[in-house]
Amino acid sequence: MWSTTSSQKQFDPADESYETTSCDVLIVGAGGAGMRAAIESFDKGAKTLLVCKSLLGKAHTVMAEGGIAAALANIDPQDNWKIHFSDTIVEGQQLSNWRIAEIFAKEAPERVMELEYYGALFDRTEDGKIMQRPFGAHSYRRLCYIGDRTGLELIRTLEDQVLKRNIPYMDETEITWIFKDPATGAVSGALAIKITTGELLLIKCKAIILATGGCGKVYAVTSNSWESTGDGIALAYRAGAELMDMEMIQFHPTGMIYPAGVRGMLITEAVRGEGGILTNAKGERFMEKYDPKRLDLSARDVVSRSIYTEIQEGRGTPNGAVYLDIRHLGAERIKEKLPSMYYQFLEFAGIDITKQKMEVAPTVHYQMGGIRVVPDTCETNIHGLFAAGEVACGLHGGNRLGGNSLSDILVFGRRAGLAASEYIKNTPQGEVAGQDLSGEIKRILAPFKSLNGANPFDLKDRIAATMWKYVGIVRNEIDLRKGLEEIGLIKLDSKNLQAKGARAFNQSWADSMAVWNMVLDCEAIIRSALTRKESRGAHTRSDYPKKDDANWMVNIITKQKDGQMIQEVVPVPKMPPEYEALINREEILAWKKNVK
Amino acid sequence: MEKSGNQRKQVTLRIFRGLGSDRSKDRYEVFNVPYEDGMVVLNAVHYIQSHFDSSLSARWNCKAGRCGSCSAEINGFPRLMCKTPVAMFGGEITVEPMRAFPLLRDLVTDVQDNYEIAKNIPAFTPKESTDHTWIFFQRDVEKSREFRKCIECFLCQDICHVVREHKADYIGPRFVVKAASLDMHPMDSLNRSSFMKNSAGLGYCNITKCCQEVCPEHIIITDNAIIPEKERVVDRNYDPLVWIYRKITGKS
Repeated sequence: MWSTTSSQKQFDPADESYETTSCDVLIVGAGGAGMRAAIESFDKGAKTLLVCKSLLGKAHTVMAEGGIAAALANIDPQDNWKIHFSDTIVEGQQLSNWRIAEIFAKEAPERVMELEYYGALFDRTEDGKIMQRPFGAHSYRRLCYIGDRTGLELIRTLEDQVLKRNIPYMDETEITWIFKDPATGAVSGALAIKITTGELLLIKCKAIILATGGCGKVYAVTSNSWESTGDGIALAYRAGAELMDMEMIQFHPTGMIYPAGVRGMLITEAVRGEGGILTNAKGERFMEKYDPKRLDLSARDVVSRSIYTEIQEGRGTPNGAVYLDIRHLGAERIKEKLPSMYYQFLEFAGIDITKQKMEVAPTVHYQMGGIRVVPDTCETNIHGLFAAGEVACGLHGGNRLGGNSLSDILVFGRRAGLAASEYIKNTPQGEVAGQDLSGEIKRILAPFKSLNGANPFDLKDRIAATMWKYVGIVRNEIDLRKGLEEIGLIKLDSKNLQAKGARAFNQSWADSMAVWNMVLDCEAIIRSALTRKESRGAHTRSDYPKKDDANWMVNIITKQKDGQMIQEVVPVPKMPPEYEALINREEILAWKKNVK
Repeated sequence: MEKSGNQRKQVTLRIFRGLGSDRSKDRYEVFNVPYEDGMVVLNAVHYIQSHFDSSLSARWNCKAGRCGSCSAEINGFPRLMCKTPVAMFGGEITVEPMRAFPLLRDLVTDVQDNYEIAKNIPAFTPKESTDHTWIFFQRDVEKSREFRKCIECFLCQDICHVVREHKADYIGPRFVVKAASLDMHPMDSLNRSSFMKNSAGLGYCNITKCCQEVCPEHIIITDNAIIPEKERVVDRNYDPLVWIYRKITGKS
């Protein structure tokens, strides 16, 4: 329908012409959430268009390794949705929206079974059901998995469903702006750039589902791919949507540290799930100090902080890391259970993990915060704008459990698709104002007109270095202020960026837009981090080292007011008493006492 | 860019530049990039984009060997740029786009045809089952599992001489692997052998095994996917016992 062709037209950098197309539901991002949303919206009869920055099937979901968390109770019959709910809320340090967590925990098993019916081939139990492995801070063995390639299987399975249905998609296409009807304020369209040609496209639509993933690329050390530049956050914010809990950035405990070219690359938590042990340079199993009960399989925020502390206090390796050891599992089992890890170390670092220890250090992995949504429908405060997956906020609170992201994208991808397909039924197509459109075209083409603008690559590097230095695992007022100041300077420089060459497949142009988005994300992250004057989950303040339930059981909202970014503090929605009882189980209280 | 006081080594890359719409402008450009430990070809390409020529086009995404976006021909051999250490080569490194696909720009090719091929392969169709829970075992999973490692980098399509010469007739190794992954799914109910014989052009493959040499996921494409798929076609279409059985029973 919209296939790219090799006889591409070359667009003059200054060419402001555009094509127009239309649909009911525009889905931005084709990872797990976007594709699941597309399937639902399409099946419910909405005219659906799926758009993504990369080739179809390459989204960051492929990087997910460990598994999908769902209380199927195939291995541990005691497990059920209530305990999954409770684990999610407790480890999210009680910032999660209870209703979102309830929907999530109840529907995750159905979504996993659906994936099996779609053709995903999960590992099996002895009696032939879907296998489940233990994972950090899950009370029971709960992660359904496909070796250590769960995300790849998920994305390929959904991609097959998208192709089978012939759902219209445009890959290598970037959305730059959300248009709203000037009279109603509801979503009316979006501007897109076809990356392969540089062509501009106005997509008129009634609803938009943002499923754009996270913003890990704002940090220097991250497991995230090039796409993770927080585009959805920026699109939503500029459209007037509210963001929430932006300070909550997950550092995955185990990233590769060596060689330099692969620093930050993820080492799946499944290594620890399968029995991997963390030790410091002195050979001590340091997790015994920090969480004696759960040890290496403690929550990610706890393990990351523990590794950070060991390294800071001089017990790290010469490369500034700690060791992760899986050798005791035996070569055969390592290759069977962790094949990707085996090859990843062999091919990227020349290390045989069946014979040598891995060196690991925390790497930026996931954004718990994001666009504020209504639990049941994933709708934002802007009519017709929905969000699902990593870009949305409300499930993971202050710390995401491993495996919860894959069930998150399936559960809320489907719900967003469903809600959007309902929404469009009684919604007329809104207007796209001519001045909005021409203004946006001018904005995005500006880097081609600049003669002395900054190099977007340099600015990206400056952003990443600033965030890593001042807004890392352990934060304080002075550093955060410095970070904000530096990001402010970068923001000024980003007003004049320069892209060179033609528009097709132009990395400097793509990075110019990424810089604009990243600067906005960073400002929201830092301002929210400054607002939260306590330590909770992934947000650790050395100047406020204690968790302060009396004052900070709140969500921090970021939004625009009179053109300025402001933060507002709202109490976490109170859950019904019967759910309160679920999260105050005795065993959880006992753990909490031990965890430092 | 000259060596500084600390004597940094440098790497020389010879990079293809060109436009799909005007092949008369094809050329190669040489860049010298400072070396750093563990550097892969994709790092060098990024260095060129950020320091020398931001208009150099290259497709990439995860930079971790997981997504299969950064396929190219490196010193003539199909590889992922993100998984190819520059240290594995002695002298100048030549980086070119995949040859089997139409050129878009510089290192980027048009791989959309692959998605059209994928659409034509009869999709996973589960056996009739009223059970909510499907029961099958790890041993049933293993056969198909190998093929599901595929990251769709299309390097096997690129090296396949049949794809290069008979593109319209043969779906290529990636898609034989895909068909095999479905055929060997324990719950799949379809028989794809007539599709493989008549539409997929499986007979064109003459088992030179080039595809399995380039697979970054180490899938034994020819031995484990193509040959068994060929055997299925033969069993179904040319086995005299099966032919007699079908004649007598009338079953297909």
